[in-house]
Amino acid sequence: MTDNTKNNKTEVIVVGAGPAGISAAVTIARAGHEVVLIERGSFAGSKNVFGGAIYAQPTREIFPNFENEAPLERLNIEHKYAILGEEDSTVISYRHKTQDNVSYSVIRGKFDRWMAEQAKKEGVILVEETVVKELLLDGEKIIGVKTELEEYFADIVILADGVNSLLAKQIGFRKEIKPKDVALSVKEVIKLDAQIINERFNLSDDEGCIYEIFGGPMLGMLGLGFLYTNKDSISIGLGIGLDALCEKELKPYEVLDKLKQHPTIAPLIKDGELLEYSAHLIPEGGFKKLPKLFGNGVLIAGDAAMMVNNMHWEGTNLAMISGKIAGETALSAIRQKDFSEKALAKYQEDLENSFVMKDLKTYRNLMDEAHKRSESFMGYYMKEINGFFNMFTTVDSIPKRQKFRKFISDFVKQRSIFELFKDATSGIKLLWSILIK
Amino acid sequence: MTLDDKLFTVKYKPDEISHLKPDNAKCKKCKTKICTTICPAKVYEWNEKEKNLTVNFENCLECGACRIACTHKCIDWEYPSGNKGVTFKQG
Ligand SMILES: Cc1cc2nc3c(=O)[nH]c(=O)nc-3n(C[C@H](O)[C@H](O)[C@H](O)COP(=O)(O)OP(=O)(O)OC[C@H]3O[C@@H](n4cnc5c(N)ncnc54)[C@H](O)[C@@H]3O)c2cc1C
Ligand code: SF4
Ligand code: SF4
Repeated sequence: MTDNTKNNKTEVIVVGAGPAGISAAVTIARAGHEVVLIERGSFAGSKNVFGGAIYAQPTREIFPNFENEAPLERLNIEHKYAILGEEDSTVISYRHKTQDNVSYSVIRGKFDRWMAEQAKKEGVILVEETVVKELLLDGEKIIGVKTELEEYFADIVILADGVNSLLAKQIGFRKEIKPKDVALSVKEVIKLDAQIINERFNLSDDEGCIYEIFGGPMLGMLGLGFLYTNKDSISIGLGIGLDALCEKELKPYEVLDKLKQHPTIAPLIKDGELLEYSAHLIPEGGFKKLPKLFGNGVLIAGDAAMMVNNMHWEGTNLAMISGKIAGETALSAIRQKDFSEKALAKYQEDLENSFVMKDLKTYRNLMDEAHKRSESFMGYYMKEINGFFNMFTTVDSIPKRQKFRKFISDFVKQRSIFELFKDATSGIKLLWSILIK
Repeated sequence: MTLDDKLFTVKYKPDEISHLKPDNAKCKKCKTKICTTICPAKVYEWNEKEKNLTVNFENCLECGACRIACTHKCIDWEYPSGNKGVTFKQG
């Protein structure tokens, strides 16, 4: 080891102060070990964008008292699933006010920053405004990082550098990402008085409401819209498969404009003032696109490892728990003074025993089937649901039986038996893999 | 509301040099020019007269979509330096 190495050496370096990196770092600092957390933004959260909601149970695992201290927007008490037609819509709503395992809307620029400050108080050395340009290797072993200014060395480097993880790519742990393995999302935060939000969404005080939005301008594409209520603003946005955007040559912000103009959505954001426009990628590859998760002196957590459950808009929780497990793995390696790939294999084992890998595995076929059948699942059936309610609610002196029969015969006529059969097989295959094996 | 109005709400501290470097030789031959469509900040514009791609890197939201979508995988894509680029306050 050269002198330079000794001077600039710590026990663990974590790259990226998002939920994954912060959770990893604080786990290590709490056990009394030295950890440096490097973030490229001017503060933690300043480069991060999500829907979104954080989940209380996993967040409590990292910050047990966060509900009394963290900057939270609203406690979500209502989930709405809105299926939009061209002009009409069907909305299913689930409302339940409870204190157990709830979710809160948050703004990442405030929430990630708070988490990072907490971690600092607990001993994490936080270095902001610093980009890690590359990982330093000694043969196969990762021995540190190179920033714009200097080289830092460590026994273990934890990569929590998010969806684009240029570092995982540098060391060949992840393959080149394909457009179908990510969704591009654009979001707008729209200022509205708290009182107006409460009236429009039927809420009181700090209660919040979530909309998951299907169809509308995204009909036929693998795309989902979202709307979250903050204290005195609304976050509205959508994520669409990058492959679909390329294929259909769509500008993402124009699709969002159309969503905002849909008759079901427009009244919710009426007269609001745009506070900020943003964009971010979402990993969509799921279980089949997980990179290599550990190697000599290195672990990968969170979005950098593509750990997102896109069916449920879950990402921060997988990031926090995988970060925590990475932190625990680093601690056990420190105790044994063994940072080899073999010693770090514990990371994958522990992940497999947690909900992180179990859930990713459960949905492993989802994206394949969804890609194959996107036109039918995200287009045709969405339209038919609205078509059904249109038929069911229209009073026009046509006998009901006649209307029902016409609906069914149209349904079968518009869709070849072959296509219906393919949809059914795909659905059964998916259900089987989710529920059975 | 135009995209420019939207981008006006974003806080930037532009770097001096571009962190996005497409290989213009490949762009000249590129049939899709898909980066000019999918970029959420309209960073890329094809200049037909000069046969090159204008890169308004100051507007970049650092999402990474162009890097993945580029037909010829020819964008040398980096993060802006540490204290530069976009700062989201409402992400
Ligand atoms: C539109 C959208 C909506 C979403 N909605 C939800 C939701 O409602 N609920 C939910 O739970 N999840 C949601 N997610 C997913 C969730 O945001 C992510 O899964 C989560 O943020 C991943 O955390 P992370 O720590 O792994 O990565 P990130 O949060 O992306 O953090 C990575 C950090 O690393 C830093 N970094 C990157 N490279 C470097 C480098 N070279 N040097 C130094 N620093 C670097 C970045 O600046 C960043 O701070 C959503 C995502 C999107 C895009
Ligand atoms: S898609 Fe790639 S190759 Fe084509 S114009 Fe854009 S940057 Fe150049
Ligand atoms: S990273 Fe995103 S915002 Fe920046 S140029 Fe590429 S597509 Fe546009």
